[in-house]
Formats: sequence, structure tokens, C-alpha cells
Amino acid sequence: MTGNNFSFYRRVRILNYAVILRNEVIIILELLTQATWSPYVAGAGIGVLVCLAFLLSNRPIGCSSGFVKADGLIEKTIRPSHVEKEEYYREIVPEVDWAFMIIPGIVIGAFISSMLSGQFHFILVPTTWSATFGNTPVLRVIIAILGGAFLGFGARWAGGCTSGHGISGSIQLSLASMITAACFFAGGIATAMFLFYVIGSA
Amino acid sequence: MGALFSGLHKDKGLQIILGLLFGVVFGFLLQKGGVTSYNVIIAQLLLTDFTVMKVMLSAVIVGMIGLALLKHFGYVQPHPASGTIGSNVIGGLIFGFGFALLGYCPGTVAGAVGAGALDALIGGVVGILVGTAIFAELYPVIKNRLLIKGPLPAITVQELLRLNIWLTIIIMEAAMIGFLLLLEYVGY
Repeated sequence: MTGNNFSFYRRVRILNYAVILRNEVIIILELLTQATWSPYVAGAGIGVLVCLAFLLSNRPIGCSSGFVKADGLIEKTIRPSHVEKEEYYREIVPEVDWAFMIIPGIVIGAFISSMLSGQFHFILVPTTWSATFGNTPVLRVIIAILGGAFLGFGARWAGGCTSGHGISGSIQLSLASMITAACFFAGGIATAMFLFYVIGSA
Repeated sequence: MGALFSGLHKDKGLQIILGLLFGVVFGFLLQKGGVTSYNVIIAQLLLTDFTVMKVMLSAVIVGMIGLALLKHFGYVQPHPASGTIGSNVIGGLIFGFGFALLGYCPGTVAGAVGAGALDALIGGVVGILVGTAIFAELYPVIKNRLLIKGPLPAITVQELLRLNIWLTIIIMEAAMIGFLLLLEYVGY
């Protein structure tokens, strides 16, 4: 009798554990499939990630140097001797390494996130843009290339971007990074206001 | 502990994999935070939505205390770089100009590509590759003429304020948390 009771209670207990575990799996799945998280939660996660990057890889999280490496790798196939002579490519060596791999990583991570939540969709002209400047893809793409060129140029001029200076640098209490981040937003706010409220309303 | 990780730091093959993994988690969090969207970034620059600020400040609030503790217990030795007006202010403003035209930054542009934004791929990524390539070409010319001009008075905030690191962190954390609370209070 006692043996039967024991196994009965054990079975109940295991079932309870299974239900608890199942609930936790459901909670995690619900989280992963949510369209967006609170910006505070996503941001806090990024803060933890930067700490882990310092711990495991001894470096900040930055993105713009990955593009320099991609440039150098592309240029190497066209004119390898020029790349070897280029001073900047001696400082930021064009190779497939941590700083390069973070870029395809971000693409994959955002793809997974948007697929899980059903938010993935192809767009060419974002709605905020089309509401002011119309639906012409050519105009959007030309301005995006122009903007990208200034963005990449400015990021390397300043020695980092929103993640390298704005987040990782500020986390280290770097004065240069905080000043840079302030300038990103000062320049960005002034330009966006001019673009949308002056040119856009003309 | 330090020795354990210094071996990991030197392992080039593992670091390549780690770079990819850090990217995957970073991209996932950027997308979940909503900041891989052109609309969200432009709304931030037009000051009608503060999602970008909320994500960035939350990251700094958590990371600043986390990194200081890791450093205190000897697990990491971060070396923040010194800066100049010529590099950081001018470069930052050029970046800002491009930031508003493109509507993504170098990290979020990759995230936007992952979420299906074709303007980020054929516009943003191409443009950034062109811009950074032009910079690489010009670097020897501007390095000593512009980038080193006007050195900043200190490397870190605590050096500038001549304060103890923990006191500086408490002040910075209070200011950032206060700013976020203010944003919520006024309804953003």
C-alpha cells in the first residue's frame, strides 16, 4: 500500500514539475514571439551584452569598423597591393574577425527576431519617408546611399558609432564617447528637423 | 579567472564565433527594442518618440554599473580612448547629418536588413561601405591635420570632475534614471 501511495505522490509531483516547466516554456516562447519588448528591457539586455563582450572578448561592442574591414576585403580582390600600402588598413586590418562577424550576426539576429514575431516584411520606402517625400523608391535609395556615405565617413572620423561610442564608450565613462554621442544626436536632430519640417513642408 | 579568459581572448577562431554570436543577440535585442525601424529612429530625431534614447540609456545604466563591478573585481581591464574636438565633435556632427538622411546607424542598418528593409541594404549598407572607403583613402591626409586637433581635457568623466569613480557613477546613474523618469512623467 505505502509503495503504491509513494509512487502515486511521486507521479503527481512529476506532473506538477512538468506543468511548471511547460508554463515556463510557454512564457519564453511568448516573449520571443512578441513584436517588441519594452525598450528598457531590450536596452538592459544590451547593457549586459556589452559587459559580456568585455569579459569574453576583451572589447567593446562596435559596428562601424566591421564595414572598414568589409571594404578592405572587397578592395583586396581588386587591388591587393594598394590595400597593403593603405595606412588605415594597417590600423584596422581587413580580416574576418570579431569586429567583422558582428555585422552578419546582427542581420541574422534581427531576422530571427522579426520572423518569430511575424514582423518580417520587405519594405523599400519607409512610411515616415513616403508620407513626406512620396513613394518613389529611387529618391529614397539615393538619399539613403548619400546618408550612408556621410554616416560611415563620420563614424570613422569620430572613431566609432552609436554602439561603439554611444553605448560601449559611455559605459566606460569615456568623455570622448559621450561628447561624440551628443554630437550624433545634435547633428541628427538638426538635419532631421530641416529635412522634414523645412524641405518636406516646402 | 583572468587567466582563463585571457586564453579565450587570444583564441582567434573562437573569437570569430563569439563575434557572430554577440551580433546575433545584439541584432535580436535591437529588433525587439524597435530600433531597427526607420520610423522609430526618425521619430527620435524629430523628438516625437524617445524609444532610441530609452534603449540606449537603459543599456548604459545597466552596463556602466556592470562593467565597473567587473573591473573592480579584476575580471576586465577596459581602456577608454582619449579624444579630440577635431575627431569626436566634427566626426560626430558628420555622422549625425548622415544619420538623419539614412534613418539608421551602422548597427541598426544591419538589423533593418535582417528585418527586410531593402532601403537599408541597397541604400544604407552600400553608402556606408562607400563612406568608410573614402575615409580610409583620406585618413593619411586628415590624421595629423584634423583628427589630433583640440585634445579633450580628460579621458574619463571621473578624471574631468576629479571625483571618485563610484561617486561619478552614482551621479551619472541618477542623472540617466532621472531623465528616463522625466520622459515617462511628461508622457513620452
